[in-house]
Amino acid sequence: MAYDKFTVLRSTAVPMPIENVDTDQIIPARFLKATERKGFGDNLFRDWRYNNDDSPKQDFVLNNPIYSGKILVAGKNFGSGSSREHAAWAIYDYGFRCVVSSFFADIFKGNSLNIGILPVTVSPEFLEKIFTAIEADPKTELEVNLPEQKITILASGENESFAINGYKKHNMINGFDDIDYLQAMKAEIKTFADASMY
Amino acid sequence: MSKSASTLFDKVWDSHVVRKIEDGPDVFFIDRHFIHEVTSPVAFLGLEQRGLKVIFPERTFATADHNTPTINQDKPVKDPLSANQLAALERNSAKYGISHWGLGNPKNGIVHVVGPENGITLPGMTIVCGDSHTSTHGAFGAIAFGIGTSEVEMVLTSQCIMQPKPKKMRINVNGKLQKGVLPKDVVLYIIAKLTAAGATGYFVEYAGDVFRNMSMEGRMTVCNMSIEMGARGGMVAPDETTFEYIKGKDKAPKGEAWDKALAYWKTLKTDEGATFDLEYNFDAADIEPMITYGTNPGMGIGISKHIPTAAEVGGGKSTYEKSLGYMGFHEDDAMIGKKVDYVFIGSCTNGRIEDFRAFASIIKGRKKADNVTAWIVPGSHIVEQQIKDEGILDILTEAGFQLRQPGCSACLAMNDDKIPAGKYAVSTSNRNFEGRQGPGARTLLASPLVAAAAAVTGVVTDPRELLQEA
Repeated sequence: MAYDKFTVLRSTAVPMPIENVDTDQIIPARFLKATERKGFGDNLFRDWRYNNDDSPKQDFVLNNPIYSGKILVAGKNFGSGSSREHAAWAIYDYGFRCVVSSFFADIFKGNSLNIGILPVTVSPEFLEKIFTAIEADPKTELEVNLPEQKITILASGENESFAINGYKKHNMINGFDDIDYLQAMKAEIKTFADASMY
Repeated sequence: MSKSASTLFDKVWDSHVVRKIEDGPDVFFIDRHFIHEVTSPVAFLGLEQRGLKVIFPERTFATADHNTPTINQDKPVKDPLSANQLAALERNSAKYGISHWGLGNPKNGIVHVVGPENGITLPGMTIVCGDSHTSTHGAFGAIAFGIGTSEVEMVLTSQCIMQPKPKKMRINVNGKLQKGVLPKDVVLYIIAKLTAAGATGYFVEYAGDVFRNMSMEGRMTVCNMSIEMGARGGMVAPDETTFEYIKGKDKAPKGEAWDKALAYWKTLKTDEGATFDLEYNFDAADIEPMITYGTNPGMGIGISKHIPTAAEVGGGKSTYEKSLGYMGFHEDDAMIGKKVDYVFIGSCTNGRIEDFRAFASIIKGRKKADNVTAWIVPGSHIVEQQIKDEGILDILTEAGFQLRQPGCSACLAMNDDKIPAGKYAVSTSNRNFEGRQGPGARTLLASPLVAAAAAVTGVVTDPRELLQEA
């Protein structure tokens, strides 16, 4: 699935300073029954976001109107658990384009990159600075610059570099995906398969 | 270290790299691709939108498991959304020539149970599936891991994914396990030591006496849970136990092909002197039956212990308090004696015949506790048949239990098997996340022996007190 190009994103952010946010919280299993990739944003963080009678839980950050933006800032080990790409779809469908944390689960990180969400890994210290800045002023803007691999808290100018695989960076900036790449390799793959033991 | 010394993981990984991309991932060839009804429909849709075909249909196997009911499987599936996903899997499999074991097929069952028991999973293979517990197949000395739906689409159309090579970790457990300690306890112990994120970025090799002496079922249980400490996957070097398990299985190599395969499989081990990025050593004698008290699999303790305090676990205090609040537990509570409402035995972690044998060893001659609802769910029809053939069903029936039909069931509660909000379940499955077994459900992960002890006493009980002399 081709996705939007990602270069520089400047936005306010939604803070979620909880560790080990697993994919069952991001999108519970009972919402995985679709056969098309749409509408998952409505159920993003379903059980943290809504009461049993579908009324919003007032103390959950997505229901707090002072926080908004295209960047989700989360605690350590975000996206652990299931391989369900639906978790990344839900985040994307809700409107986030970037998730910032000090640590991501592997499969979630891969899924995000594959659908056009940029996972930005920062140091635990810089993550704290972001949380502190947003707490002091919910209108705090962050700038995520993919070409320069730098994330900045605009009000203070504090910034940090982040790592990204060069191939993935190229894909995100250009809106390419892996299938485009693999399609061009079919002959090489068939030769490899012919020589394979299984 | 000798220059040529390499790890089991290196041997399998490196032999599957089609192309290395500079400053990028490897183009990684996949021998076997398992698909199920939940994570494949959007991948097939993507294929159609791009006008692409399935490159090697014979390398893909489809089974229905996540959504399937565990009663009345001969009748139409009631939930229209589940029925729709099951129909999509059947339709897509037929359209592209993929082998499909749907509901009612005697080979049907949980994807990570049916692969091994039919000889589809073999040493040295690379195996992926849109399910994080694909790590199970590492028990055979395969590199197996879960992927997302975009990657399912990649494998369908190219038999490859783009994957950076993970770092290597070895976990050695040596010594003799105490009586009543099962493979599930071993892995829950390791996860408790390493935390739910402790192996992120790594691929784990499990080594040492404990794994060498373990059955294939036990190794599968351990490898299955690798993902619960963040690892990409876990593996055990194949040996005589492995070969004995595979021999004669339906799709296993036969005759000359067997001899050729066996010769190759015997080379699949970590060479003397090969190095790992990280290595841990544990003593088997330190492990007791385990149970979790929190909302991730790293929050586990020996069953006789008290829940640690926030100060003892360090870091993330608010997250810790949120977790205990959800569970309705308090710091320093004892786990033994806590009331249990539900018991679930099954899932790709503990839905194999050995798990039901262990469960029955405690149930035999006892009765189900009145306050407990028990869901006993075999991992496959083959396991279901073994349960009947070995007399385990009789033991269960006499104790007041009922056997259900195979599927993922209450492990992730995508079918009707949901633990009600606020209720406590001792589960042999793999995850105790908030709402994992149903909205508001509270899950205590444990071994089949701990589950059995809870099923007959109605409270968390040390199974060692109930073990019967053989």
